[in-house]
Amino acid sequence: MRERTDIARTSAPSSFLGAPWIRALSALLFVFLLGMIFNADGAFLQWGTHRDMLRQISVMGILACGMTLVVITAGIDLSVGSILGLNAVLFASLSLRLSWPSFLAVAACLLAGIACGVLSGAVIAWFRIQPFIATLAMMVFARGLTKSISGGEKVSRAVLQPDGTYVYVDLPRFFQAVDHKVAGGNVAVVTLIFLGCVLVCWILLAKLRWGRYFYAVGANEEAARLSGVPVSRVKLLAYGLSGAFAAVAGICQTVQEQQGDPEAGATYELTAIAMVVIGGTSLMGGRGRIAFTLLGTLTIGYLEKILSINAVSEATRLILTGVIIIAAVLLQRKSR
Amino acid sequence: MLLSMRNIHKSFSGIPVLQDVHFDLNPGEVHVLAGENGAGKTTLIKIVAGVYTDYQGEIELHGRRERFTSPHDAAQKGISAIHQEMSLIGTLPVADNIFLGRELTSRFSAGFFVDRVRQMSKARELCALLGLDIDLQRPVDDYPLSVKYRIEIAKALAFDARILIMDEPTSALGELEVQRLFKIISGLKRAGSAIVYITHRMDEIYRIGDRITVLRDGRRIGTAPVSQLAEEELIRWMVGREVETRFPARRAELGAERLRVEHFSVARHDTSSARGEQWLVKDVSFAVHAGEVLGLAGLQGSGNSALLAGLFGAWPKAVKGDVYLEGRRFLIRSPRWSIRNGLAYLTNDRQGAGLIPGLTAAQNISLASLKTISSWGVLQTKKEMEMAARQAKSLAIRGASLTQDIQNLSGGNQQKVLLAKWVETRPRVFLLDEPTRGIDIGAKHEVYELIRQWTAEGISILLITSELQELIGLADRILVMHRGRISAEFSRAQGTQERILQAAMGNAWMN
Repeated sequence: MRERTDIARTSAPSSFLGAPWIRALSALLFVFLLGMIFNADGAFLQWGTHRDMLRQISVMGILACGMTLVVITAGIDLSVGSILGLNAVLFASLSLRLSWPSFLAVAACLLAGIACGVLSGAVIAWFRIQPFIATLAMMVFARGLTKSISGGEKVSRAVLQPDGTYVYVDLPRFFQAVDHKVAGGNVAVVTLIFLGCVLVCWILLAKLRWGRYFYAVGANEEAARLSGVPVSRVKLLAYGLSGAFAAVAGICQTVQEQQGDPEAGATYELTAIAMVVIGGTSLMGGRGRIAFTLLGTLTIGYLEKILSINAVSEATRLILTGVIIIAAVLLQRKSR
Repeated sequence: MLLSMRNIHKSFSGIPVLQDVHFDLNPGEVHVLAGENGAGKTTLIKIVAGVYTDYQGEIELHGRRERFTSPHDAAQKGISAIHQEMSLIGTLPVADNIFLGRELTSRFSAGFFVDRVRQMSKARELCALLGLDIDLQRPVDDYPLSVKYRIEIAKALAFDARILIMDEPTSALGELEVQRLFKIISGLKRAGSAIVYITHRMDEIYRIGDRITVLRDGRRIGTAPVSQLAEEELIRWMVGREVETRFPARRAELGAERLRVEHFSVARHDTSSARGEQWLVKDVSFAVHAGEVLGLAGLQGSGNSALLAGLFGAWPKAVKGDVYLEGRRFLIRSPRWSIRNGLAYLTNDRQGAGLIPGLTAAQNISLASLKTISSWGVLQTKKEMEMAARQAKSLAIRGASLTQDIQNLSGGNQQKVLLAKWVETRPRVFLLDEPTRGIDIGAKHEVYELIRQWTAEGISILLITSELQELIGLADRILVMHRGRISAEFSRAQGTQERILQAAMGNAWMN
């Protein structure tokens, strides 16, 4: 009996309200409540609003999936926005200009994304450069690459001919397939892709041996190394996957816009980090779940939707977003 | 009376941690606070130090009622807690650390400008008092743990602390440093300071303590002058039952040669501090047999810890020499490689390099052998729990839920979890660096039993412990290291505390 009390003493009892997923949910409910109050004459109460929100948030959510993996290893990936841009342009060039079959173009983009991520990971793991610095460099590097591929121009269906006229190439069927809604027009395909990414991350983090390694490296890298965890390979995998998700996001972005914009994805990395943090995944590493990031993504998504249906000006929108992010994080933070 | 605490109650979310505890302090005494892990010692000193402010009961300081509002408030009133987790800022110079938070300012600057000249001379005074001959302009991180501890004391003295709280100050110190610390404590006593001293080591209680208060399960069992409390009685107070205090007898016959090390050296691996020798271990050769416990004695920095870490491959690029495992040449490549070849290494830095916070006890246990509980890369949670339950049973991890965050376990249970992690890798050579550090007397004895059990199974053990009695009680042979070299070797019969200590200090020092 005595031993029981010994342990009870050292651990705070986890009350229902203190459970991490309740805290993550509370931020979402808070924003949802805002939507119910400021419902813009009932616009918030219509299904179409929610469906559009899900579609609009999907690309950002895919980035947040990769970001979650990296953050759990106590890292950060600032390059995801730029890798998105690179792949948006790359995919548009390959499929619209060079008329590659879509599956080849997708494969090439995934390889490019993984290569960028693995390069960041290698710099971090082997040269022991801080993730912030290494991915900051990759962010600039990938954006430069994007501009050199596209020549700074948007890559669209309109192809300039030698005689000065424009010819419009046909959109590959892949574009229609992805920029499409299923289930009676209620669910966008990009949303399904986003949920697929969440599922991949969940399997990795919750089910696989390598997922356990992610948490171990993030919580105590030295202890993990001494326990035989392949720390360098874990980091390569985390950043490589983050790059792969960014590539997927880039392809989705191009499909939705029907062109590759070399400026695409700028500052998206910050939104992705906000989604991860609002979900409750610690930037210190070692803690967090992909489900939290899903909640964080919905929180940001609803926030932006509510502000836009209420026709709030951009200036006010930015100010309010900043304030509400802090409020949401405070809401979900562990009470002392 | 300097300090008097009456009827102290404290609970965490409804669970009582301290109940009706009395504690007092006279000027010029060392008052030992003893008890098993989880008895409430740390909670009590955190109340004294102003960390916990929501307690019931009364505290009188110099005969006046007091209620500290914060650690800073307690420090202002002359109470200074010297923690094991240091409060020093590693990158700041020694002198700046000593006065951190209470800088000396020049008279005419209205408190804006730091008077570095005055700080330096005061700091030099304090350091001389503590026998510290170091460069005060260098960052604290350039110095070893034992020096940092004394800097920490200097900081407390700079605050004119009348009451010093020392929580297991010797757990990271070698014997020589312990003697020096005790000399310092005697000096502080003579100057009229009072010291609250927490320790798990029996011999220290009798060497340094004047009075002792024992806590058990959050209650005060008793207070007595140390000289009037026999060791058996003290243990009964702490544990509440009779405890075997002798070391368990060895049961194993020595087997074939398991590990042979020839001309092995370990270089300094952290390039950040340029101080000191470049080689931590120099040209060491020895062999260990199956079922043997080889003790490695030595003072702090003698190289014994570096030898174990080096053998395990913690810094594969920093080692040279030949290692043979069961007669076959073994190349040190990485911890991962070493584990695969049957080596296991318990670190002496449980928090920094042992535990994975955020993972549960079961997940910490399985970490080094995840392959055995996964198929096609998918973890089998059921197998993991079976593994953890099996280890919890054989290592007597009690009172803890295996699905609890490892951070919420008591120190003894945490240590057993780390041992369990290594047992699961089925090691043939077990490198143990301070396996009993910071765990209570009951758990210590269980670790001794485990060591005996492992040797009976044929595992070879290299053991480091700064408690000489423990080393003598457990080891079949003892190698003593001094400045990176083996300075003596003793058989089980030859090893006495005096001889080992003499060799550890380098014979010349004694003559």
